[in-house]
Amino acid sequence: MLRDSWNYLLPLIGATIRVSTPLLLAAIGGLVSERAGVINIALEGMMLVGAFGGVAVALSTHSPWLGIGGAALSGALLAAFYGLFVIRLRSNQIVAGTAINLLAAGIPPFLCKIFYGVTISTPSLPIGERFQSAPVWLAVAAVLGVWLVMKRTPVGLWLQFAGEHPEALDSAGVRVNRVRWAAVMISGALAGMGGASLSIFLSSSFSRNMTAGRGFMALAALIFGKWRPFPTAIACLLFGFAEALQIRLQGVILWGTEPIPVQFIQILPYVVTVLVLAGVVGQARAPKALGLAFDEH
Amino acid sequence: MKSLLWRIGQPVLAVSLGIAVGLLVTTFAGESPLHILAVLGKSAFGSRYDFGMTLFYATPLIFTGLSVAVAFHAGLFNIGGEGQLAFGALAAAAVGILAPNVPWPIAPVLGTLGAFAAGAAWGFIPGWLRARRGSHEVINTIMLNFIAAGLTSWVTLYVLRSTESQNPETALIGPNYIIQRLRFFEDAPVSGAFFMGLATAFLVWILLWRTVFGFELRAVGQNENAARAVGIDVARIRILAMTIAGGLAGWVGVSEVLGNAHQFRMDFSPGYGFIGIAVALLGRNNPFGVVAAALLFGALHKGTADLDFETEHVTRDLSMILQALVILSVSADGLWAWFGKLGRSKRGGASAS
Repeated sequence: MLRDSWNYLLPLIGATIRVSTPLLLAAIGGLVSERAGVINIALEGMMLVGAFGGVAVALSTHSPWLGIGGAALSGALLAAFYGLFVIRLRSNQIVAGTAINLLAAGIPPFLCKIFYGVTISTPSLPIGERFQSAPVWLAVAAVLGVWLVMKRTPVGLWLQFAGEHPEALDSAGVRVNRVRWAAVMISGALAGMGGASLSIFLSSSFSRNMTAGRGFMALAALIFGKWRPFPTAIACLLFGFAEALQIRLQGVILWGTEPIPVQFIQILPYVVTVLVLAGVVGQARAPKALGLAFDEH
Repeated sequence: MKSLLWRIGQPVLAVSLGIAVGLLVTTFAGESPLHILAVLGKSAFGSRYDFGMTLFYATPLIFTGLSVAVAFHAGLFNIGGEGQLAFGALAAAAVGILAPNVPWPIAPVLGTLGAFAAGAAWGFIPGWLRARRGSHEVINTIMLNFIAAGLTSWVTLYVLRSTESQNPETALIGPNYIIQRLRFFEDAPVSGAFFMGLATAFLVWILLWRTVFGFELRAVGQNENAARAVGIDVARIRILAMTIAGGLAGWVGVSEVLGNAHQFRMDFSPGYGFIGIAVALLGRNNPFGVVAAALLFGALHKGTADLDFETEHVTRDLSMILQALVILSVSADGLWAWFGKLGRSKRGGASAS
């Protein structure tokens, strides 16, 4: 009996950790940007270009490590473009974020057509050129690293001041917008690696719109985790568990005569986030200067 | 002082800049930007059918653009159009499927009311959450978009599923519900819903600028504290504004279900709700500006449709790139000042050397 449930549980735990990896990387990236005061609803787009960039580089270099590096670079480049608008040109962060997501949905098929002649998906990576488990450890390292930097270093303090009280940081002689630029680009790199873990770890090619809302789910995890690294990581694992469970429960009849519709499990993370924000499950407070452009004199 | 000329000229410049950059991108694909521009123009306006398709794509954008604009005037950001229009369209289909024998002209009116009510309900939720629980509508509407996608997909697949088709779509609505296509545009699915969009823009203008409610709504958006000080019920206005915004987005269902597909098809929207944000922004949240901007975005969407077979390497996906660049360049408040500064520093650098 005990053995049976282990046999059932172990693969489920394994699957949870695997599918949580893209969420963890993206959510931690989102955390860095938002703690510095820049809303990042463009995580979805940064993941998507990362997923494409990762495969494209891995295909041409036959190295998943260079692939994920390419993904980080693609994500960071898109993030820099986002930064140009929201930090330098004072675009509204929500509007610009929406536009970046739209741009990111358009760029991969555009390049895919030029590189590979089709828009739907890239060729597949051979199994030996895919990651077996490394992105999981990257995600763990990202969570620990960001936590450590925020907790123990002056840079972490700058980051938090840029989001909570940019004027104070400014009068301390630190350039607020430089901190924000760095934060946004790190955010893009992490989200890009999150995207690559979808395309060169959990599968072996890029397909159109393959992130399917995971960037927004990462954003949800970040809010559910109240903008703090460890709670955010736990939220990602929880959402990852919901996804793994949903794959397992497909067609399984728990009660009555009908299987549980997968849609109800799919929407759970979003419902939970709405409830958290409404204060039903504890209070969530965003960084004070989140979404506000900062004028340097 | 900002002159009227600049108020109109600036968005026109920004749009041109966005399109120009987008067209330059196509040189990476080995295409001539001018050729692409010619294809876009011909595909969007080349024939009655083409123009009809442009109007067809513009119609939902008028509704979602108005939706974002109404919320914006109340100081709220509605990025939940995607969920609201999904519910609106599903409701229009549900009414037409469950009561197929309602006589014309009551039937389309009923479908229209159903679409508004469902969208409004989905807009009410974030409005209420913001007004009563203080949680931000931006995150809530994003989450509600996904919740709506899940719920409408469940209803489509398990409750109203079409028995004749393998596609994820509902059964067909009763024939009395159908809003006729405009013959002038040949086979393009542009219907009376387009004129409804124009009329709605006019009604929204009256609501916002010619009624007490509209005055209160704009007062809340401009200065919440002042509005509260003169006795306006800010919470009530916010809830109503989001509810109306949701209903307006729900009317996408009139164009899509009653006027075009005659059923609810999952994922029919190519992002009408999100592009509505751009439409409102470009139209400066003025209802007539929204109509103009919706026509532009409709033309971009239709224009790129022919790229697949008119060019070697550029596909209709260029539409997303063009739209994104237009949104970005319109959204960049600091763009013109930045250009000015760049120009000055360049001249300064030249004289120094």
